[in-house]
Amino acid sequence: MTESLAARVRGLRKCYGHNPAVDGIDLDIVPGEIFALLGPNGAGKTTTVEILEGYRRRDEGEVSVLGVDPQQAPRSWRYGIGIVLQDVADLSELTVGETVRHFARYYPDAGDPDQVIDSVGLSEKTRARVRTLSGGQRRRLDVAVGVIGNPKLLFLDEPTTGFDPRARRQFWSLIRSLAAEHGTTVLLTTHYLDEAEALANRVAVVAAGKIVAEGDPATLGGRAGAEVTVSWDDDGVRRTEHTSDPGPLVADLTSRHGGTVPGLTVTRQSLEDVYLALTGSDR
Amino acid sequence: MTTAPTAGARRGPSVAYLGLHRGIVELKAFFRERDAVVFTFALPAVLLALLGALISGVYEGSSVTSAQYLVPSMVAAGVASTTFVNLGISVAADRADGTLKRLRGAPTPAAAYFLGKVIMMLVVTVAEVVVLFGIGVLMFDVTMPTDPSRWLTFAWVFVLGVTGCTFLGIAASSLASSERSAGAVMNLPYIALSFISGIFYTPISALPEPLLTVGSLFPLKWMAQGFRSALLPDTILTQEVVMSWEHARTAVVLGAWCIGGLLLCRTTFRWRGRRDG
Repeated sequence: MTESLAARVRGLRKCYGHNPAVDGIDLDIVPGEIFALLGPNGAGKTTTVEILEGYRRRDEGEVSVLGVDPQQAPRSWRYGIGIVLQDVADLSELTVGETVRHFARYYPDAGDPDQVIDSVGLSEKTRARVRTLSGGQRRRLDVAVGVIGNPKLLFLDEPTTGFDPRARRQFWSLIRSLAAEHGTTVLLTTHYLDEAEALANRVAVVAAGKIVAEGDPATLGGRAGAEVTVSWDDDGVRRTEHTSDPGPLVADLTSRHGGTVPGLTVTRQSLEDVYLALTGSDR
Repeated sequence: MTTAPTAGARRGPSVAYLGLHRGIVELKAFFRERDAVVFTFALPAVLLALLGALISGVYEGSSVTSAQYLVPSMVAAGVASTTFVNLGISVAADRADGTLKRLRGAPTPAAAYFLGKVIMMLVVTVAEVVVLFGIGVLMFDVTMPTDPSRWLTFAWVFVLGVTGCTFLGIAASSLASSERSAGAVMNLPYIALSFISGIFYTPISALPEPLLTVGSLFPLKWMAQGFRSALLPDTILTQEVVMSWEHARTAVVLGAWCIGGLLLCRTTFRWRGRRDG
């Protein structure tokens, strides 16, 4: 069973001093899916991912990534994983082409550097020094280095933090096409809801080191079946009602007001409401 | 289930291959950072030019001037400053800016990273030696040896000295908790050793016995002595601690520091900063 999962985590715990950063997390990541760990800063996402990447040691629990415990994994285990790091500022004096060609040497089954540079949209920057790249281009280079070894599992840790909206959308389509083309499994962490919704097949919401909800982003936290809020003005007084079926209420209001209902709004709970309620950030 | 991971079947690149290519990209990155290049070479060059111009006199029983005596000693100090101080700071910087994190994930064996640094340091310090020899010849009338055996002596002392100091620099960088503190951490032992290894205070035989004993434990004293044996006429031997160049002992001490330095690297090397949890 373990072998058929890209990653399997049971009862993972990690403390820094007396503070539990990860407090009992279970995960099953299926090959080929894009899985998002969604949560506010400090929820334990990065710690979890760094344990899976073999950068940190866990205090408790079982972890298996590509069928191997990262803590005891041989160097060859890393040939199957790709890592796109959060905030790195290295390589500044090398060019894009030199960087990708250099890292291609580390893997027994590396992709063609020029093709990989092209696939992340940096062909025109091949001869540019890394320090001259914009934040978005720099992240694309990090992705190129992350996928040059043709990994089975790619880790993306908060990949679009600090991006403008256009760069984020471009980055999302890059990840979607890379994942679709190679069937790469992706484990993504993010604190952006729209990012999880745009990219992931499955989302786990993490708060205070625990998973508080898990599922398809569209139905997360029972959003599809949740109540709808209907509000309107009644002689200058704001009235609100919650109902699972707003149709009859709206029809009734329309006939009572003889046509237009003043200030009528009908809203379904947004993913953001679900998220804020789950992570306790609305309190 | 005891199925081995499929990745285990694939063989990756060797340490020597990766180390060589690490050396190449390290050199590219180093020589492109122009201010770092200028200041790496300028520090020992300026010290040699200034100290050499300030001191005067000829050592008794020889034709060697104080400035000429200083040239091979400053070459040793320059090599140590580049390989130990500058390298240690750059390893701390690699730890801070994510270089090491990326390399560990790449994946890089630690030995390939060390080998890359040694290759880079050998090339950089050869260039540095050329600059310092140039100053010695032009300013202080040093004559370059013509005897190949003297160049051979210079070569083996140089390779052992650079290798040992590079390993010590990498190992000592782990003492610094951040890139900012690395300069202070690395400079203290370097400057202290320069005073008790016959470099800033010459000739070496003028040093008080206890300081001489401490200095003799470290590679800088032996590297400087080895370089003097290659560059200066044997008539200067009266100014050494014993009336011999002690080549065998130099080789043993420098070789021991290479092995000990490598062991220290392997046991103390940290891929991550100490404050990264």
